[in-house]
Amino acid sequence: MTFVEESLEGLDIMESVLLELQPGVTDADAIDTIFRAAHSIKGGSATFGFENIATFTHVAETLLDQIRNGQRPVTQHAIDLFLHSVDCLRNMLSASQGGTVADQARIDEVKKELDQLLDSEVEADIKSTADAPADIVSGSWQIHFKPYPDMLRSGNDVVRMFRELNELGELEATTDASTLPALADLDPEEAYLAWDLTLRGEISRAQVDEIFEWVEDECDLSIEPLRKPVAVPHDPEKPTAAPAAEDRREGNDRRGGADRRKTPTGGSGGESSSIRVGIDKVDDIINMVGELVITQSMLSQLGEDFDMSRVERLRDGLSELERNTRELQESVMRIRMLPISFAFNRFPRMVRDMCQKLDKKIELKLSGEQTELDKTVMEKIGDPLVHLVRNSLDHGIESPEQRRAAGKNEIGTVHLNAYHQGGNIVIEINDDGAGLNKERILSKAVERGLVEEGETPPDDEIYELIFQPGFSTAEQVSDISGRGVGMDVVKRNVSALGGRIEIVSTPGEGTTITIRLPLTLAILDGQLIQVGKEIFITPLINIIESLQVDKNRVNSLAGQAELYQLRDEYIPIIRLHEVFDIESENTSLEDGLLMVVEGNGQKAALLVDDLLAQQQVVIKSLESNFKRVEGLSGVTILGDGAVALIIDISGLISLSQSRLRTATDTAA
Amino acid sequence: MANILAVDDSASMRQMVAFTLKGEGHQVTEAADGQVALDLAKGQKFDLILTDVNMPRMDGITLAKELRGLTNFKFTPILILTTEAGMDKKQEGKAVGATGWIVKPFNPEQLLATIKKVVG
Repeated sequence: MTFVEESLEGLDIMESVLLELQPGVTDADAIDTIFRAAHSIKGGSATFGFENIATFTHVAETLLDQIRNGQRPVTQHAIDLFLHSVDCLRNMLSASQGGTVADQARIDEVKKELDQLLDSEVEADIKSTADAPADIVSGSWQIHFKPYPDMLRSGNDVVRMFRELNELGELEATTDASTLPALADLDPEEAYLAWDLTLRGEISRAQVDEIFEWVEDECDLSIEPLRKPVAVPHDPEKPTAAPAAEDRREGNDRRGGADRRKTPTGGSGGESSSIRVGIDKVDDIINMVGELVITQSMLSQLGEDFDMSRVERLRDGLSELERNTRELQESVMRIRMLPISFAFNRFPRMVRDMCQKLDKKIELKLSGEQTELDKTVMEKIGDPLVHLVRNSLDHGIESPEQRRAAGKNEIGTVHLNAYHQGGNIVIEINDDGAGLNKERILSKAVERGLVEEGETPPDDEIYELIFQPGFSTAEQVSDISGRGVGMDVVKRNVSALGGRIEIVSTPGEGTTITIRLPLTLAILDGQLIQVGKEIFITPLINIIESLQVDKNRVNSLAGQAELYQLRDEYIPIIRLHEVFDIESENTSLEDGLLMVVEGNGQKAALLVDDLLAQQQVVIKSLESNFKRVEGLSGVTILGDGAVALIIDISGLISLSQSRLRTATDTAA
Repeated sequence: MANILAVDDSASMRQMVAFTLKGEGHQVTEAADGQVALDLAKGQKFDLILTDVNMPRMDGITLAKELRGLTNFKFTPILILTTEAGMDKKQEGKAVGATGWIVKPFNPEQLLATIKKVVG
């Protein structure tokens, strides 16, 4: 658990609790939870040298503390501001990981607002307000330090404190021994000396304060900036981006033993992401391995002294082994499974923000949050989901006036639902808005030449059109959606995951978008097919139907293209043995089997020799073991040890199309 | 390296503290309450005492007070583990001679950074 992960989790907690806060009600538990999260982020970031994050959090924390103590009411403005702060902190955290750049302008803006809020209506304790600007000052310090005679009795040691100071920067000390009594009167347990210290470097006030923290009421202490500080404390316009960063580096180098530095670097190199696994899942696996070991020892015992009379026991043992292996496989796969709530969690916030921006009233319903899916799939589906929900909010749900006029509840509903179906996870995004505008989509499609004038395709095909690149029917391009980038990307992302996306829409009643995804990318439900002597695997999700060739329905076009008439559709035939250059006895269509598949919105009929079993196969990457081959998505190893290639349907379709084009070009 | 006495009635807390400190090469003796700690302290010298506040039998404040009464522990650093809400506990601790405090919850890095101020 790195600091960054821990902090991101803390931010998630802050966000979800903030969203439940009601203006005017000081919910002590909720405020406390938010405060604690902010507090540990501040502590952690200071420990790991992220001074900018610590400084930022400090201001928010001070405000929270005032609210917690009842000195400040919970206002809508404060809630909004805290939510913005959460965003800024996320931004800073991910910037600290490298890769992205912190949006400093935005951070400064929010920080300024926080400072303003802190300064406003202050009946708050002066100390914490005074602390805040002091915190951001970096520079050199002039310190006067005179311990009270009793200070040493608390075990605090001046030498150690000076050593700490010396690690912060360059320390010069002048001793004032004027109060030292004559030797005879001297009590060796008392402190008599005073010091004037000059500490040079880019050191924050907080760092100096920390060293004197334990003795501040046991000595005369004054800490003054030595020269004009780098940042002007009361000008929140320029809060010290550069010095803070510098400060952090120096802090690391000076204070840093090797161990100190290791942790932040480990965090920022965060390429190898980690996963949190529930202990029950780990226990399951250990349990299962235990059973596997028992079965194995039973079998080896049996093998030592085997005769035919024990064949029954052998069979039992083997079926036990099979069961163990399967259960173990399932348990191991479950490690990668996370509840979809990880992807859903961002939506309450998004809906809230967008409602404000769009001036709409929308209620978000979530269900099936505990439905689990593979972590990788979850990461890849996050952005497409955001896009779809945005669309629902922006285009789907009407304004309260329009809704009232249409006799609907003025509060719109967007419902996100997830459930398992077969080996798939189904995610539904449902809104009770106006529904897709068929006429407008159609006229836009005609305008773009996607549909012939006067033609009226069936509804589902019209809806499919919105997945075309650059297709937007929004009358006005808003900053939320309507630029027409996106739906095609959504579709592409879903297809890349081996999933499908469907739209059902009823005018005036709403739209439901259904995404069907495989639960995991590591295992695939496949249909084994035979071509010549080779066995291939087709993902089950791509297969629509299989049928015996009816010769009368085969149409040859000019060149070599063959089409099969299936009901009222013409589907291009792809002869797999030709594409993969395999010797096969069945080269004529008449004896063949056609398997109708769909990939990336296009259908094709694959000519195969035979359909074999359906089974789950473990996907091995072709790229990492060999090289990328067009038309193939990977390989797997079958029960008999043979290697079978897994067909990438959309790749195969585009491959055969380009071959056809080349063939036609050559012929012409 | 330092010889440290860790006093806390929560076993997991003691474990975390001991594990962290041992990782840095310190010697750690654990005590489950103030009384056990005091008895241990009478028998040997420690370079640092880390103590929780709320414990059965003898609390951390009393422990600090008793320790300061022992010749061997007159100047030994005593750090109080306290929750951030307990500002009054900090003062109470200081009043009986504790050196400083560590605010709970803290992580291993914070612990090490803090004890670096008083040992070594």
